[in-house]
Amino acid sequence: METISTDVAIIGAGGAGLRAAIALAETDPKLRIALISKVYPMRSHTCAAEGGAAGVIKPDDSFDMHFDDTVGGGDWLSDQDCVEYFIHEAPKELMQLEHWGCPWNREADGSVAVRPFGGMKKQRTWFAADKSGFHILHTLFQTSLQFPSISRYDEYYALDLLVDEGRCQGVTAMEMRSGELRQFHAKAVIIAGGGAGRMFPFSTNGAIKTGDGMAMAYRAGVPLKDMEFVQYHPTGLPNTGSLLTEACRGEGGILVNKHGRRYLADYGMGPETPVGQPQLKTMELGPRDRVSQAYWHELQKGNTVTTQWGECVLLDMRHLGEKKINERLPLVRELAEAYLGVDIVKEAVPIRPVVHYMMGGISTNTAAATPLPGLFAAGECACVSLNGANRLGSNSLVELLVFGRRAALSAAEHVQGLPAANAAALNAQAEKTQQRIGELFSRTDGSESMSGLRKEMQLTMEKNVGIYRTEEGLQEGVNKIHELRQRYRRVKLTDKSSVFNTDLFQALELGSMLDCAEAVTVGALARKESRGAHQRLDYVERDDKNYLRHTMVHHQGMDSPRVDYLDVVITKSPPGVRDYSGDHK
Amino acid sequence: MTPLKERLVQLEVLRYNPDTDTEAHFQRYEVVCQEEWVVLDALNKVKADIDPTLNYRWSCHMAVCGSCGMMINGEPKLSCHAFLRDYEGVIRVEPLAHFPVERDLVTAPDDFMEKLKRVKPYMIPKEKKPISEGEYKQTPAQLMKFRQYSMCINCMLCYAACPQYGLTPSFIGPAALTLAHRYNQDSRDGGRAERQEVVATHEGVWECTFVGACSEVCPAQVDPASALQQMKITSSLDWIVEHLIPGGKP
Ligand SMILES: Cc1cc2nc3c(=O)[nH]c(=O)nc-3n(C[C@H](O)[C@H](O)[C@H](O)COP(=O)(O)OP(=O)(O)OC[C@H]3O[C@@H](n4cnc5c(N)ncnc54)[C@H](O)[C@@H]3O)c2cc1C
Ligand code: SF4
Ligand code: FES
Repeated sequence: METISTDVAIIGAGGAGLRAAIALAETDPKLRIALISKVYPMRSHTCAAEGGAAGVIKPDDSFDMHFDDTVGGGDWLSDQDCVEYFIHEAPKELMQLEHWGCPWNREADGSVAVRPFGGMKKQRTWFAADKSGFHILHTLFQTSLQFPSISRYDEYYALDLLVDEGRCQGVTAMEMRSGELRQFHAKAVIIAGGGAGRMFPFSTNGAIKTGDGMAMAYRAGVPLKDMEFVQYHPTGLPNTGSLLTEACRGEGGILVNKHGRRYLADYGMGPETPVGQPQLKTMELGPRDRVSQAYWHELQKGNTVTTQWGECVLLDMRHLGEKKINERLPLVRELAEAYLGVDIVKEAVPIRPVVHYMMGGISTNTAAATPLPGLFAAGECACVSLNGANRLGSNSLVELLVFGRRAALSAAEHVQGLPAANAAALNAQAEKTQQRIGELFSRTDGSESMSGLRKEMQLTMEKNVGIYRTEEGLQEGVNKIHELRQRYRRVKLTDKSSVFNTDLFQALELGSMLDCAEAVTVGALARKESRGAHQRLDYVERDDKNYLRHTMVHHQGMDSPRVDYLDVVITKSPPGVRDYSGDHK
Repeated sequence: MTPLKERLVQLEVLRYNPDTDTEAHFQRYEVVCQEEWVVLDALNKVKADIDPTLNYRWSCHMAVCGSCGMMINGEPKLSCHAFLRDYEGVIRVEPLAHFPVERDLVTAPDDFMEKLKRVKPYMIPKEKKPISEGEYKQTPAQLMKFRQYSMCINCMLCYAACPQYGLTPSFIGPAALTLAHRYNQDSRDGGRAERQEVVATHEGVWECTFVGACSEVCPAQVDPASALQQMKITSSLDWIVEHLIPGGKP
């Protein structure tokens, strides 16, 4: 197996991975950087983000307000030292992107424009039409092309971390084009592998969001943190799951049930605000968890609209007018028209909540370091505890930048003065990957179909760990995922070729997703309270006495994982009431 | 509730596996689809239920990641944006034209990636200033001068459509040249002279014969043909300034 020696290996070339690579190249041009990605960088799912990125910039806004919105929005499960660091870095990072050419929307005087977003008290979301993530990703990718120290390994599928003497020292990966395995020996590794929404059948996430990075760290002994917090976005297209950005509501779109009622007023987010005059942090601009939960209640009450794609509520933007829609929400109009045949200028569009974002992930601290020395993580795959129990829309694009850079700085520091690697030990570890893949190819007793197992997993997740959860359902979910992990050992490959074998990659991705699903279900069963995106019908209150703590799930091979807890860092905001009624201050 | 309409779709897919095949061959699949699906959904159903050995790229399913370009009935298309309702009879699916095939519908974009890099598609600021001094001011009108050209999703459909790229592979091609133009047109940028070394050559804009096929197939309304046209005009002006005006510099 060929060995590639480098200083820092980065797994993932989305927003977080690219930001890390650029920061490393700028910090120390002598560092050799290997940027490994299973897709070409611009295919990374950051490209799908529409709405925008939050950072305090306008005179009527303040760091304290961004802090309060984030901590309250996260239902007090955010680490407040992390939030503090984040809000101060956010505007600098967004400004940096401006300097790199990101086409942010502008005010008439040429300064950067901001828009309102759910759960934010002030307008602080920077945006580039409704393609904000797309522009961030392409700006980063294009900027990265000027640094010769960044060696890209596009379409390399990363497999296992190499750990020796208690330090992470590399990773194995398969070149997808040839099917050949490579080992990267690195002094530090940064995982920036993105989310895992594909565990669920109905998701805004692209096909590549299968939690490989999370699973890789988990298998290497790093705990996954707060995985039970899965964000549903309230407004997905009912057939494809494509997202209609929160900016639809930020710009003034309203949600109505089959009686035409703006039902959010019935769930603590009222009183109704005048149509077309959205007010921050109330009604349609309530936080995602609350808005998605209100849908579930409407469904139980029979207030939803029955469509050919199932039960829905309606997102009505007609009153915005064609001009504003074309100017501010062109992609939304396009998507609804193309995939649903609905012109949002003329009709209300049916929507329903859809799995969107993983608040949980690889456990990291504010320095983006995992508990395993030499291993850092950033972006959606990491849980740095910024988002707590519920992420506020437009915080995560900034999280990629802030903590992508932070991971780079930490890694650059870590690689100084390290003893030479024990190549023989690393080779021996890399052999294990080879065996694992070899076994998968040569398996003769394969009796399980890959797509069949995947379907079962997705249905289990939807049925048992959805918007509302119960003891019974969660226990069933835990058992089923455990069973599927056993059966996965008998999964059969149909395609035995070496070249671009997507049957193989899908099988590997399924393995990653099952590992993540295990952490989600086990974490959810153990948390006997309701907080943010984790809502239980049998424990309806938030329980700060017992659960103002992060869930840490530790991999135990084929056995059930071990769960323990880590205290939340509270610096200045004691747990309070989340108030999204129109009377909040 | 109106039930979803189903339809039996026949796909004819060009297959090639360098491990086992000496040449590419068509394979026929019949698959039950919903009327509102796209070609990608049909392929996904084939892969999940009929033939796991079929290979192609996709991710976003919303026409923004640029992965899923292929020839559909001979035209370059994003398969996630090619609606079954627009096709009758057998649908023929082939890998994107003008790129070498790795396997089945997976092509090798190396040449395109290399060309993107060559045009220096990044900000070369007119005046460098630190972040602490805030943003470069840019009016909405200045933004509109290049915004359209910044929308390219790198799907390479325009390369598959471009007859000139087919004939002369050294041609830098529509998307990469448009990207150079995007930065040239940006009020914050001062790198045009550097980019001209690549752009204003016979591999650059002068190779374009203005067929306009690129703009026709572009799924992101980038209109690369108009970018190339504008570039030709400004490059000609450069030439006039340099050669006909005493002491002139472009
Ligand atoms: C539709 C949508 C809209 C959104 N809108 C917003 C918004 O408006 N504002 C906001 O703040 N957030 C938004 N988000 C959330 C945000 O976009 C994501 O959380 C973020 O982009 C994730 O970035 P990332 O860099 O962590 O991962 P990604 O961009 O997903 O990149 C992951 C990278 O890891 C690589 N990778 C994964 N596995 C492997 C492997 N095994 N081997 C090698 N490489 C691997 C991939 O190739 C890829 O390069 C949105 C999300 C979605 C889905
Ligand atoms: S210009 Fe259009 S067709 Fe060409 S790569 Fe860009 S988006 Fe695709
Ligand atoms: S799957 Fe992303 S463009 Fe088609």
